[in-house]
Formats: sequence, C-alpha cells, structure tokens
Amino acid sequence: MTGAGTHDGSLERLKSEGRIVVVGASLAGLRAAETMRDKGFTGSLTMIGDEPYEPYDRPPLSKQVLLGNAVADHTALPRRRAIDADWRLGVPATGLDMAARRVRLGNGDEVEYDRLLIATGVRARPWPNPEEGALKGVFVLRTRDDGEGLQRALAAGPRRVLVIGAGFTGSEIASACRERGLDVTVAERGDAPLVGALGGVIGAVAAEMHRENGVDLRTGVMVTSLEGDPSGRVRAAHLSDGSTVEAEVVVVSLGAQRNTEWLAGSGLGAGPRGIACDAGCRAFDVRGIVTDDIYVAGDVARSPHALFGYQFLSLEHWGNAVAQADTAAHNMLSNSADRRPHLWVPAFWSSQFGVNIKSVGVPPMGTEILITQGSLAERRFAAVYGYQGRLIAAVTFDNCRWLPFYEQQIESTAPFPPPFSTVDRRAEGAKPLPADFPDPSVPTHGPTITLSGYSPADRKMTFTPGR
Amino acid sequence: MSQALLREIIDYANRANPYPLYEELRKTPVSHDGDGPYVVSTYYEIHSLLHDPRISSDAKNLKATGDDLLGDQSDEEGTTLPPSFLKLDPPDHDRLRRMTNRPFGPPHAPHRVHDMREELGGLVSGLIDGIRETGQLDRIDLVDQFAYPFPVTVICRLLGIPREDEPRFHVWAETLAASLDPDPDADPTQRGQGSMDARMELGMYLAGLIEERRKNPGDDMLSQLATADGPDGAMTTMEALSTSALLLIAGHETTVNLITNGMLTLLRFPEVLERLRHDPDLAVPIVEELLRYEPPVQLLPQRTTLSDVEVAGVTIPKGASVWLMLASGNRDPKRFEDPDRFDPDRKDIQHLGLGSGIHSCFGAPLARQEAQLALSELARRLENPRLLEDPPQYRQNSVLRGPRHLQIACDGIRP
Repeated sequence: MTGAGTHDGSLERLKSEGRIVVVGASLAGLRAAETMRDKGFTGSLTMIGDEPYEPYDRPPLSKQVLLGNAVADHTALPRRRAIDADWRLGVPATGLDMAARRVRLGNGDEVEYDRLLIATGVRARPWPNPEEGALKGVFVLRTRDDGEGLQRALAAGPRRVLVIGAGFTGSEIASACRERGLDVTVAERGDAPLVGALGGVIGAVAAEMHRENGVDLRTGVMVTSLEGDPSGRVRAAHLSDGSTVEAEVVVVSLGAQRNTEWLAGSGLGAGPRGIACDAGCRAFDVRGIVTDDIYVAGDVARSPHALFGYQFLSLEHWGNAVAQADTAAHNMLSNSADRRPHLWVPAFWSSQFGVNIKSVGVPPMGTEILITQGSLAERRFAAVYGYQGRLIAAVTFDNCRWLPFYEQQIESTAPFPPPFSTVDRRAEGAKPLPADFPDPSVPTHGPTITLSGYSPADRKMTFTPGR
Repeated sequence: MSQALLREIIDYANRANPYPLYEELRKTPVSHDGDGPYVVSTYYEIHSLLHDPRISSDAKNLKATGDDLLGDQSDEEGTTLPPSFLKLDPPDHDRLRRMTNRPFGPPHAPHRVHDMREELGGLVSGLIDGIRETGQLDRIDLVDQFAYPFPVTVICRLLGIPREDEPRFHVWAETLAASLDPDPDADPTQRGQGSMDARMELGMYLAGLIEERRKNPGDDMLSQLATADGPDGAMTTMEALSTSALLLIAGHETTVNLITNGMLTLLRFPEVLERLRHDPDLAVPIVEELLRYEPPVQLLPQRTTLSDVEVAGVTIPKGASVWLMLASGNRDPKRFEDPDRFDPDRKDIQHLGLGSGIHSCFGAPLARQEAQLALSELARRLENPRLLEDPPQYRQNSVLRGPRHLQIACDGIRP
C-alpha cells in the first residue's frame, strides 16, 4: 500500500465517517452507491435526484412500455444490496461550491461532501421552438413520465404519429407504433436512420426495415415547424421539402443534452458535451487540472479511452453507466496507487422491427466497413469497422452471439480488413466498403457515442504569455 | 502415429474420475500430439473458441487425414440423413435452429417448456411410485428405473412419438450415441455399419411419422416441424428428419447423465442432499453447479479451423481438428475459485456445461427443468438413500459421460 491516505489515516476516516454525495439518482448513481457500500463505506451517503422516483430502468421505456406490455412505474431498477442512503428525490441540484465542498439544491438546502459523484446524465433535446413544443400531443421520450404519457397517447389510437429523428430511440418508437398498427411517419435530417451511429451502409439496411414495415420514412428533410389547432393540440408538421404531415402525435427524438447547466460558474470543466474527466473518472476543472474529490460517471461523463487513441468519449450506453459507476466508486475510496482506469469497450443494443441490433467498439471512428458474416439483404449479419488499418468496431443484426469474438479483436487491436475467413462469409464480404458516416461537424440525431477529443473550434481559454 | 493423448482421454480407466487427467491437460492449454487433434483444455480459451467465427462445426472443412480417428467413421456421411444443425455452420445452422425453435421456445413458444411442468412432475412421481411398488428398496438401479425412462418419455411426448414405439428408440439412440464416442480400438467398419443401420431405421420410422403428421397435425413438435411455414419457409422432409433425429438422440443421452451424475454427487455430499430435501428451490443452483462440476457433455470433438487461429501462443493451422474440453474448462482454477469443490452456493458460475455461442445447448431450458424436478423429488421422497457402489459402473462413452448403472438403497419412500 502506498499513498498519503495510509499514513495519515485520512482514507480510513473517509471510509468510516466521510460524507459522500451522489448527484443523479439513476442507473450510474445507484450502482456507484451500491459499490461504495460493498467496499465498506460506512459514512453518510446522500442521493440527490430531480425526479420524484427512485432509480428506474430506461431501455424498456422505448420498447415494452410503448407496446403496452409493461407499465412505466414497474421499471424500477433491481437493487443489488441496501445502500442506506439519505434520498433527496424530486429536488434538483442547482449549484456547486468547489471550495466549500457544497452542493446547492433547488429548495435552498445545501449538502456538504468530502467526495462528490456527479451522475446527472442527459435529458431529451426539446423541440427548439418552445411554443410549438408545448402543443398537446408533442412528446419527447426520456423519463418514466414521458414513457407513460406517450404510451397513453399511442393507446388512444391516433390517426398518424410523426417521429422527428431516426436515431435509435426514434426508430424504436416507430417500430412500436407499427407493432401497434399505427400509421407513422419518420422524418430524418440525415440520409438514413441510424446513420450517425452506424454509418450509411448500415443506415440503408435500417431504411429498408422502416419501409418494409410500413413506416412512411422521409430522409434528407427537416421538420421546420409544428402547427396546432385552436385548442392547442398539434395537428400538422411542415417539412423543409415543402410537404406537410398531418399527425395527432409528434415525438421529438433529436438526441440528448447533457445535464451540466447547474455547474455553470462552478469552475468545474463542464459544458454542453459533458464533464471532462480523466480515465479514473476524476473530473477536470476549467483549467484542465484534475480534482481529487469530484468524480463523474455515466452519460454525463466524457473520458479519454486508451483503446481508442485517447479520444474523449461521451457514451450514452447502459453498460457504460454501470461499469463507469463501479470504477468511479472504487477510485473514490482508494489511494492513488490502487485506482484503476475505466476501460470499458463501448457496447449497446437496440431492438426494432423484430431485429436485434448490437454493437461493440466505436463505429463512428471507422472509415471502412466489411460484412464478415451473413448478408445485408437478409438483415442478418456481422460487420466490422476499420480505422487506419485496425479493427475499431463491430455491429450485428440478429447475429449477436459472435460479438464477443469481435470485441476481443477490438481489444487486441486486430488488423483491418481481417485476414481470416469465417463461417457464413458471403460474396459481399469480399471487399471493404466506405463506412459512409455523415460529416462529423454536422450533428446527427442521437449519436450514442460522441467523439470530442479535439476540436480547434472548441478552444475556450486564451493563452496569455507571462509578463 | 502418435496419439497417446487421445488414447488417454478415451481410455475407460479415466472414466470414473477424468479430472486428474484434465488437470494435467490444463498445464498446456492447447495440446497437440502428432497428427491428432488440437486439444483445448482451459476455460478462457475454450470460451473464446466457442464464439470464434473462424471455427467450423461442419466436418466438410476438415482436412481429411487418413489417421484421424473421427474422419472415416463420421456417423452422418454416406447415410440417408443429411447432417443435423449440430454439424452445420451458418447460414444453414441458423435457419434450421431458428425453425426448430419456433415451436419450442421464446419468442414464438414461450410457454412450451413451462407448461410441461405439471406433466413432468407427474412422470417423476409415477416413476418413484413405481420403485416403491417393486418393494425392493435395498437395490435400486437409479438409471434403469428412473434417470433413463424419465427424459426418454419426455422427449418422446414432446416430439409426439406414440408411446408403444418408445422402446424401439432406446436401441437406436444408444447405438447412435455410442457412435459419437471416438474409440481407437473398435473396428471402424463394424461400428460405422451399426450406426448407419440405426440411422437408417430411425430415419425410416420418423419419415413415416412425419408423413402422417403432415396429414393429421397435432400440437407436438414433430407436427410443427413437418408443417412449419414461418418466414423461413418449410423444412424439407430430409431436414425435418435429421432435426427430429437430433432432438431425439440429444434428448435421450444427456439429461439421463445429468440426473444420474447429479444424484451420484448428492449422495457423495449428503449434507447438500439434506438441504435440498427441505428446500426444493435449491435445485436451481444445484443443477447449475452440477453442469459445471459433472457436465454430461465432457468435450466437443467436432470443430475445425477455417483459418490459422492463434490460441494461447499456439497456432492451430487451417483445416485442423479441434477438441474443446468443456469439463476441463469447468474445473479451471484460473476461472473458478476452488474448482474441484462441489459448491451449490457458488455465485460466479458461468460454466461451459451447456456450451456457449451459436451451438449452445438447444434443449437447455427443458434439461434444466427436468433435472431440477427429478433431483428435488428424489431428495424429498427417498428415505436415507445411500450408494451401494462408488464409483459406479460407467458407460464407455468419453464424450457423453455418465454411469451405466447407479445402484442405491434406501429405507423407505415417502408419499
């Protein structure tokens, strides 16, 4: 054992009687709290959440809940163990005083901490015009309340649903509508659904899935305005190609915004892209100096990843929230030499139009794609993404049992194109194709991975040579 | 020709307790002996190969070597039945497995296995009652009187085999299961002929049955395989034949061993048996631990490399035969703490007993349910059960390993 904590007993004191505050009472916050208790933390633990509910699971909201197969208030996250926390639910954190180690709450309370974990996640990006966004029948989908409201609106049998944005959430909503027999139009600014997350080759497959399942898919268009009737209920949307779609329900599915506004002016390195942290989940301040008492986990974090060129990755992935929370909690209660990096290989899944989609790695880093198994036309395949001669990601449609193999290939920085043959290799897998991702400077709807390692346009500080 | 390693795996002397041999094997994660197969014995290496698309299950990809023990006596080549999906790669494997799954499991038939629970319970009770009625509790052969008839009846009912025909399957299934066993000393011609005859007879019998079900379908699986018309279309008659033959044989020779190995282990650990007697829910973790500790399928001898594949520093060349030693991986101390201990309270138990990857055990949900019911009922009803012979007499088979007989005695049978 090394580190000051062992010598002066401060780490032991923190573990036995310290005060730990977790802002964000969702998946990452809960799992971190459980890990801390597992590691023998017996001090006071405060869980702060702006929603009135105890932690719940989100993936079912865009799937089973929308189909009416599960009730939104039955999606509570299972508890791995009791965490014996002081729950402050239904009240948001509104500010942070780093010097005094205090979190301010919306009700005026202040909570002091010795260690702070920020896991405030993301929220749905609202419709940019607030008046239009407030029309009855206009929804976003992120929270339990959103899920329940949208489910009720779909159950009422609207004549047509319009989904704006064909990322994963938008596509899952469209799929649920079709499964319920509802007419649905999907408007997507990019050339295809899922194009931001998986590129144009896979996007074309997704587009086919929409159309074959009876979705009225419009790509390369933007919704320019929403129109209400005199009673304040949405009735139509106007599109950039001059067309109009009449719909009784409109779901705005334009990706997510990171919940960092409450940190404005705090001095923490937090902004619209999330909170920058080191590989051990310690937050950076605005000067790029790492803090030692503030940690970050889950969707709101952006952290460098050794396996992907130390790109800062912001991941909206269920598994990342769990793994990062675990690492953050471990590091919060460890000496510097015992800390470990968060090296989770990004992975996510989706289920739409009866197809199981899974991915590992960072597809948007890929410039080329190769279909290694199965066939795009059958919508049953495995494909790998290449970046500068190495395999950087993989995606499967109804073929997920092979994914651990590709994950291993990514972890061992295997070459691209793969030099081996595989079972179920077809003629179309003979040569790599351009992966066809949209220009990264144009934001796409709901990328689940944001690369934000370096952008000259993002320079916030002015360098002043010393006098 | 140097195949000492293979001979040792196959050697009947190691059947009762193959684990010291496996421990020896694990010192070299990938062993290769002369021109024999590459034998993989450690957990992580086996697990990764089970998910490796460079590994084929189709014997056609094997570079034919005259000395290969399995090469010439492949029990499916040259007979009337095409290979079952067990011995196929995607896409044919995926299509046939998917079609077979439609009447069997989720998402299209989520209730099939669950709804059999009551019937299974009735069969178990009936068999135990039968033992009581013989009045001979000082010598019970648990295999003949219980562990064999139970799953055999279940698979026949599931498929819709008429009850009066069930005994005929015994003979066919046993012959075919035995043919899976690589035996260097058996006369390959004779063996090959025997299994070919059995397959032929079984095939002809099933063909008649399938023909009949096409005309008068019931809700058994054979009817559904014969008349399937999902998004993948219909199975050809030959496909339906080889699929139902596979289900029949797999349903015969694996669950029997799971139940027998299970009872043998519980009798060796009477304190666990006693806990199970008072808490039937314990059957769930017990069966998982059994699948790790004494798996009915000890190894998978039918994989082939499509490319050179590097495993633990060894390059297995393209076209080589690969044996995956599941039971050895299950006892790998690098993966499981204190692996030679039978511990039903083990939390971390991602065993290889049912395989993994696309060929992972198709019948797993049914096998688990059968074994859980069988073991908890035996524990509840047998008074003071004890082994009369330990180790018991094993079957020859080194792949599908299990006792041929399990002689036990008890003081009474509770109602």
